[in-house]
Amino acid sequence: MDSVALRRGIKDVFPLLLGVLPFALVVGVAASNAGLDLELAIGMSVIVFAGASQLAALELIRTDAPILVVIVTAVIINLRMFMYSASIAPYFRDFAAKWKAGLAYILTDQAYALSIARFETEEEIDRLSYYVGVAVPLWIGWQIMTVAGIVLGARVPDAWGIDFAVPLVFLALLVPAVEDRATMAAALVGGGIAVLGAGLPLNLGLPVGASTGIIAGALAERVMA
Amino acid sequence: MTTSYGEPILWLTIVVIGLLTFMIRVSFIALFGRLDEVPPRVDTLLRYVPAAVLAGLVFPEFLTFGASGPAIDKIAAGGAAVAIAWRTENVLATLLAGMGTLWVFRFLIL
Repeated sequence: MDSVALRRGIKDVFPLLLGVLPFALVVGVAASNAGLDLELAIGMSVIVFAGASQLAALELIRTDAPILVVIVTAVIINLRMFMYSASIAPYFRDFAAKWKAGLAYILTDQAYALSIARFETEEEIDRLSYYVGVAVPLWIGWQIMTVAGIVLGARVPDAWGIDFAVPLVFLALLVPAVEDRATMAAALVGGGIAVLGAGLPLNLGLPVGASTGIIAGALAERVMA
Repeated sequence: MTTSYGEPILWLTIVVIGLLTFMIRVSFIALFGRLDEVPPRVDTLLRYVPAAVLAGLVFPEFLTFGASGPAIDKIAAGGAAVAIAWRTENVLATLLAGMGTLWVFRFLIL
């Protein structure tokens, strides 16, 4: 490990923790609302370690959606990480296989965004150390705040509507995801179909809406190009 | 309401999601050299995953009404959150704006 690169990673990720830690807190609250005990909730944060998919899965679990729908929905949300994996792969190509597996496990939106920006502009940086400096604090913070959220979720009175924090987090992630007209089309169609499909059996509204929205975005791109 | 699923099935669900998610994460990192980049068509689709999925999660929360009609407090809180999210693109600020507005409506106005 190169301690200079490691420290730079930690320094760079610090401001992002402000956004990620409340997100993890909300995941803990959602786990508590869904009826998961502490072990299951921590197990999910450690094994899955992907916030948006955890929140969506927890909401579906809470309402007793079929397990297959829970799994498919969570996986659709995480498909975006194919892009991160492909984009960062060339920078990891010289690392040992066991390192690659570990680095892949801690790959998140934030770790990807910070690292790729740094790797593209600074060829000489120790990539392994920098990435670990960014990704590991995110992992540790995520686990601690999940536990805090479970404790909080169990104690805050229902009247406070703390479960409303879940859609708010999704909203905070959605707004920057809408970057142009094609992503806007994906959002409007995906969201619209999900609303219309809210009454669909098996909680299929979300996976159907999301898939349609993805296709709508790609079509809009082609039409406008 | 909490889930009626038992612990074993929930553990299984978590492990399956975790394994599939790990396979997505490790895919190109492990296969680099044999599979260098996402096929362009797939890449085009992947670009729209976040917007479509997140909207699918968000819209029904604000636009699906219960038997008592639209929930004014949630719609106001959602509006405030959208405004702050747009200006700041910050999760914490969005959460505070949304929950703050919800509480103002619930405890002070309604």
